[in-house]
Amino acid sequence: MSTPTRTPAGAPSSVGGPGGRIGDDAQRPDGVLKVRGEFAYASDLWMDDMLWGVTLRSPHPYARIRSVDVGPALAVPGVHAVLTSDDVPGEKVYGLELADQPVLALDVVRYQGEPVALVAADHPDTARRAAARIVVDYDVWEPVTDARAALGHPTWNQVHDAPAAVTELSRESAHLHPHGNLVRHLKVRKGDPEPTADVVVVGEYEVGMQDQAFLGPESGLAVPGEDGGVDLYVATQWLHVDQRQICSALAMPPEKVRLTLAGVGGAFGGREDLSMHVHACLLALHTGKPVKMSYNREESFFGHVHRHPATMRYEHGATRDGDLVYVKAEIFLDGGAYASSTPAVVGNAGTMGLGPYVVPNVHVDCYGAYTNNPPCGAMRGFGSVQTAFAYEAQMDALAAELGMDPVELRCRNAMELGSETPTGQVVDSPAPVAELLRRLVAMPLPPEPATGDDVDLRHMPGGVSNTTHGEGVRRGVGYAVAYKNVAFSEGFDDYSTARVRLEVVGGEAVATVHTAAAEVGQGLVTVEQQIARTELGVDAVVVHPKDTAVGSAGSSSASRQTYVTGGAVKAACEAVRGRVLERARGLVGRPAGDLRLDGGKVVSDLEGVALPLADVLGDDAVEETVEWRHRPTQALDPDTGQGFAHVQYAFSAHRAVVDVDTELGLVKVVEMACTQDVGKAINPQAVVGQIQGGTAQGLGLAVMEEILVRDGRVQNPSFTDYLIPTVLDMPPMRIEVLEYADPHAPYGLRGVGEAPNISSGPAVLAAIRQATGLPLRRVPVRPEHLTGT
Amino acid sequence: MAEVELRVNGTSSRVQLDPRVSLLDALRERLRLTGTKKGCDQGACGACTVLVDGERILACLALAVQYGGREITTVEGLGRPGRLHPLQEAFIRFDGFQCGFCTSGQICSAVGMLAEHRAGVPSVVTPRLAATATPLSEAEIRERMSGNLCRCGAYDGIVDAIQHVAGVDDRAATAEPAADR
Repeated sequence: MSTPTRTPAGAPSSVGGPGGRIGDDAQRPDGVLKVRGEFAYASDLWMDDMLWGVTLRSPHPYARIRSVDVGPALAVPGVHAVLTSDDVPGEKVYGLELADQPVLALDVVRYQGEPVALVAADHPDTARRAAARIVVDYDVWEPVTDARAALGHPTWNQVHDAPAAVTELSRESAHLHPHGNLVRHLKVRKGDPEPTADVVVVGEYEVGMQDQAFLGPESGLAVPGEDGGVDLYVATQWLHVDQRQICSALAMPPEKVRLTLAGVGGAFGGREDLSMHVHACLLALHTGKPVKMSYNREESFFGHVHRHPATMRYEHGATRDGDLVYVKAEIFLDGGAYASSTPAVVGNAGTMGLGPYVVPNVHVDCYGAYTNNPPCGAMRGFGSVQTAFAYEAQMDALAAELGMDPVELRCRNAMELGSETPTGQVVDSPAPVAELLRRLVAMPLPPEPATGDDVDLRHMPGGVSNTTHGEGVRRGVGYAVAYKNVAFSEGFDDYSTARVRLEVVGGEAVATVHTAAAEVGQGLVTVEQQIARTELGVDAVVVHPKDTAVGSAGSSSASRQTYVTGGAVKAACEAVRGRVLERARGLVGRPAGDLRLDGGKVVSDLEGVALPLADVLGDDAVEETVEWRHRPTQALDPDTGQGFAHVQYAFSAHRAVVDVDTELGLVKVVEMACTQDVGKAINPQAVVGQIQGGTAQGLGLAVMEEILVRDGRVQNPSFTDYLIPTVLDMPPMRIEVLEYADPHAPYGLRGVGEAPNISSGPAVLAAIRQATGLPLRRVPVRPEHLTGT
Repeated sequence: MAEVELRVNGTSSRVQLDPRVSLLDALRERLRLTGTKKGCDQGACGACTVLVDGERILACLALAVQYGGREITTVEGLGRPGRLHPLQEAFIRFDGFQCGFCTSGQICSAVGMLAEHRAGVPSVVTPRLAATATPLSEAEIRERMSGNLCRCGAYDGIVDAIQHVAGVDDRAATAEPAADR
């Protein structure tokens, strides 16, 4: 089967040309605005009479609030309002899945940085000074900081030296919420409960807390409406789920809480939960003035959820020939103080946590816990990132135990079309896991590192810092595979709404696409245009601003928008096209089935009739609104975790090549190679961009990115202490994109964004292990892990 | 308060400023030039890069009063009305951004970087410091652009765009001699 191969260096194919249809490297409609600095991000919004809102946050990870005195803040000249939880008119708690998080602190604060009070003033510095004058009397409690201990589970000593569980739970305050410290426990059971195998490998693994670190901080502008409602312009991932939660807190109906997407400076999961949304609306409604809130970088680290830290214990059993017999796994995810999307993350970690391998006997327990650490929720890869570090390390350990090549072991056990997943679902679309790996192996390796006089410092770990001239440097190569569900799972009613209009303006056929799907940088607006151009045969496609005046599009997460909103736009275009062609049929006297739209005309394939759309539509616009769903999924069986829970899987594989200075513990990633099956590349250039970006964030987690939390307190909330990959950290990439159509999906496409974020980091870890011979059971890998110092 | 004359993108404005106000805040909140972004406000991300007399600086680490009378260029001042600067065009063509939040800083930084290179300013990866002209290799571009973070990871597109504008064939330029220091 022939498959297209695209590399980052490949020249764009449709530069400068008008439009761009499905499969073209179409240019983004927001591109010119962004390069000119004219694209209005949420932090750029401005109204002349606006006030600035700031948030007072708890300095303690766990404390009871005895009293709050806002008087001194109100006395500051320029202050217009100081609000606490008493001023929240509706429900005082909110949440994506469970409403357990206070809009403003109630009697107890459960994490460092929890919002306690709000100030609106005529200048941001005035607001900050006033907030500092609010007097909060805290009764400080000892925080619960270990997920297993919070659940009363014994600790494993190999990777973690947390206090004993009994000690944690003996205190009354050790139960963070009335329903206890367990957010969700997912059990997956399949096959023989007591399996035996020739070869068994056991490993314990730990993954640190990663931050989305989007560059555009949480920001928005709330404007009080004349009807007593509010208009909120905000950077987010899902306007309608925000609207639902804001309405609940404000005790207002949806028609009075109108949201419009402001420019989004990256998201990566960190904008799924509310941040300043309700706060700005409260201040605007209270003062009757527009209120802008914009977090600084430090506050941003406290203003959104992070990737769950994980501790995991895996046991893999296999035959002497290398066939997997069973996997047992215990996975603990630290959800922090509030639930956020922890239940769904547990669902993913539990169901995807064995990787894309066929395993006949399965015993998985996956837990999400409450602690007094920062709340954790969505981040790109969503539960699959953490487990991939564990299952891929296990596959390498098993290969070593069997004396097999690690790639061969993976290919031998790889899922394929028709395989049954650990959750009993038959894979009913292509799953070219083995091919992804074999293509990586076939790619040339970079040149061996130079030695002796040929050493170029610039190519060494540590670079021109002159830390090594090659002595102690070891090369390693590692492989890993990603396995990720696309779109929302477990029976969630996952849909998107698209409104498409076709009309003739100034003699030109123009389509308008209106959805609420958040453009967060991924290029969804480009995809919406490409689909409309393809389906309606027009060049001019206007993307309407994203707002709640149209129905929900669901979240820009779970690699789902091209699939689900793409499907909705396609369906709405088809409905419009059907009506236009029906009109044309009457004019040309031919059956509608013979007619199609192309080049702004109605064309008959049989007779070549070409009727300008202006003749068909006149001054009329044809508009259709469609709510589109992917095929339904089912809840998992609560006892066995079995069921048709996922609509689609994404697969990618990485090969990492690293040079490690084993004396100083420095790692240089020399090259990353990635293969991914995307079903159909709607915009090939953007697909490559997603692979590069996902690879970068995975590499970051592998070797540098971690929010360090000590006793519930964040140690490094800044870009000087929380490091993300720079252009120097990112090596050259080889990328191959495969297109095996998924027959169930629009155009056969497969969600793209998350998979490369999952396989990248474990491949880097595998390469470092190969270079050093160390087990490396914790990520990110730090120099002291490599030097033993 | 201090009165300062800010000359930005060819336009001169006299503004009353607290002397503690950063150039970044003066640009964004007084002159309403919001193309320059605040990503970290402490010199770590590069999103606020602007040009002063053609040289790139971080506007968040600069006090506005220090720059009175200097020629400041922000992303809004690049190119001409109706015509993009070649780097702006190349960033679109080579997909050098996704969310775009770092893009203003990346482009201003690249404009300044190309000028530095033309002026013979070496970087720490320049192989021969005494040479009057060195090729602008991919390694040189990466080193010289390493102060500008891109969380979307569009670095390859950024490097491609800059190489295209610099007129350098990347494959040939990487085959340069080893460091001789």
